[in-house]
Amino acid sequence: MSSQTTAPRAQGVSRWAWLVPGLPQILAGRWGGGAVTLLVWSALASLVVLRWGRVLDAASGGWDERFAVLTLVVALATVWGWSMRHATAPSVDQGHPSERRGRALRAFMANRVAVVGLWSIGGICLIALLAPILAPHDPTLQGDLVGQSLLGPSGSNLLGTDRFARDVLSRVLYGARISLGIGLFAVAISVTLGTLIGAVAGFFGGWVDAVLMRLVDVVIAFPRLILLITVIAVFEGASLILIVTVIGLTQWPGTARLVRGDVLSIREREYVLAARALGFSNRRILFRHILPNTLVPVIIAATLGIGNVIVLEAGLSFLGIGVQPPTPSWGGMVAAGRQDLLGAWWISTFPGLAIVFTVVCFNLVGDGLRDALDPRLSS
Amino acid sequence: MIGYVVKRVLGAIPLVLGIATVLFVVVNLAPGDPVSRLVGPNVSSEAMAQMRSNWGLDEPLPVRYVKWVGELAQGEFGESFSRRRPARDVVFEILPNTLVLSAFAIVGAFLIGILLGVLQAVRRGSALDSILSVVSLFFYSMPAFWLAIMMVLLFSLQAQLWGWPISFPGSGMISVDHSLMTFTERLGDRVSHLVLPALSLSLILAAGIARYTRGTMIEVLGEDYIRTARAKGLSEPTVIFRHALRNALLPLLTLAGLYLPFLLSGAVFIETVFAWPGMGKLMVDSIATRDYPVVMAGGFLFAVVVVAGNLLADILYAVVDPRVRYE
Repeated sequence: MSSQTTAPRAQGVSRWAWLVPGLPQILAGRWGGGAVTLLVWSALASLVVLRWGRVLDAASGGWDERFAVLTLVVALATVWGWSMRHATAPSVDQGHPSERRGRALRAFMANRVAVVGLWSIGGICLIALLAPILAPHDPTLQGDLVGQSLLGPSGSNLLGTDRFARDVLSRVLYGARISLGIGLFAVAISVTLGTLIGAVAGFFGGWVDAVLMRLVDVVIAFPRLILLITVIAVFEGASLILIVTVIGLTQWPGTARLVRGDVLSIREREYVLAARALGFSNRRILFRHILPNTLVPVIIAATLGIGNVIVLEAGLSFLGIGVQPPTPSWGGMVAAGRQDLLGAWWISTFPGLAIVFTVVCFNLVGDGLRDALDPRLSS
Repeated sequence: MIGYVVKRVLGAIPLVLGIATVLFVVVNLAPGDPVSRLVGPNVSSEAMAQMRSNWGLDEPLPVRYVKWVGELAQGEFGESFSRRRPARDVVFEILPNTLVLSAFAIVGAFLIGILLGVLQAVRRGSALDSILSVVSLFFYSMPAFWLAIMMVLLFSLQAQLWGWPISFPGSGMISVDHSLMTFTERLGDRVSHLVLPALSLSLILAAGIARYTRGTMIEVLGEDYIRTARAKGLSEPTVIFRHALRNALLPLLTLAGLYLPFLLSGAVFIETVFAWPGMGKLMVDSIATRDYPVVMAGGFLFAVVVVAGNLLADILYAVVDPRVRYE
């Protein structure tokens, strides 16, 4: 209903409102969206102003620093453009992609907690990308060990310093890169592998199915943590690529089971039978007709899987076989803070909170997606 | 019924064999040489070759694989490299410590989880429900090692510092002066050392159980027979605990089986943080020292526990819900 009504055009005073992102929305009476837009944009803009020197440095720095600058510019432009587009065309309704998808999107957007989770994930991604500009100090630079180490949270070091006099806040900000990066890439591997294996097993059935599903049983029953520790330990010196690969290669069985179940039921639908009757090849039927319809559980599994992988990676780093110091990773920081737990609680506490917050967000979005997209599974 | 059980048990055998194979391949294809890691740099290459042949490491892989599976079938796991004792003895000596911890943790987890889940389902939609949902989501998303460290920080270190009436030991299984204590003191000492590790582990597990219980309870509470029970004038606790919870517990049985890997990997972290001499810590230490027989014995035992747990859950489910057997 509300999507049909067009908001009244902003008039008079607000002719120049588009100059400030979010203002047109606020004037049009859409307080929530406007305030968030304004907040995000002013945060980004003040970052440019406050850290202008850093931005200039970064623009001529390494590729990750240049990428941070690029992100900043793109983010500013996107927020502005988005706001202007809504100011000139205030109608909320953005066409009808398809009835089902539209309904699912509305159901998801109605779940306020999940939407907050989604925004927070966006924020964490921005933080990870902007870390070189955001971080107040160099995350790996060891300061004055006598006077600057193990300082409590204060104005100059918001989250304190660790025993090597490094700024904990900067390390937490940089740590987001490791966690998100490993989470995204490992899940990309596992989802691809799991979808393929599950689809092949469900589509061809028979002995192919039997063999692949026994493989799934073995991998699921295998003590995964032990497998990961062993593999990483025996390959001496854990590189990021090794960690991502190993986690990705052990994460897929859940997805494979889900996809197989869906393919089994879709295989018997009329439209698949029709495609068969038309003489389409197996590959075409599988990839064009069946797989697109198994996307929903895969997306949900992927979202929840990222949270899962972040905890797992933090665990490996905690045990000292994940990301190696001095590269800041949340799990490694928690482990390093253990030796100063009594005198300097902040070293272990804040990276842990960062893990919990990130994983909570992914779980919220995953749950929200499941409730919105898959009515069968919602409670 | 017996036919079903036999079928399921026989079906688990290839699974166990598959796990043993994967374990063997992973551990033995590793580039690290256990002998050169174990001995110092001053040992001659002849002596190292002698050690290799003593442990059978100089034989080709297929031969070692057949030997290993043969030993497995007899319940042998070879000799521990670093401890010079049968790996089986090393593992079984440590196993009870982990079992104690896991048993307390899992009982605690199900008690806390089920109670909270039922409470949420009964008060569905209330503020209490939302708060508990958020809290359990937080614990659900929390790495076990971080929760453990926070428990040590709050209830062991800071508790002593702030002079709280109760604080618990944050590391080890017994105090230094354990052998000087009387029997009751020893018992108290053991229990107090168990509190924090077991509680950390159960809180992590309980979060998931609470989420699950809430879902199934809400489903069950909406069914007709619950309305009938209420219409008969039964008291609310009777309806909830005798009629609804009993049926909601069914799916939880399967959950218990699925939670075993979760419990075991949680135990690895909890044991590391609390210096609890259990299987998890043994595995981590043995992997670091390349003590392959112990790694393989422990890994195999972990996997068998997981398979057996799932099997037991399936069979119990078939016992309580006869429909399953005819699938």
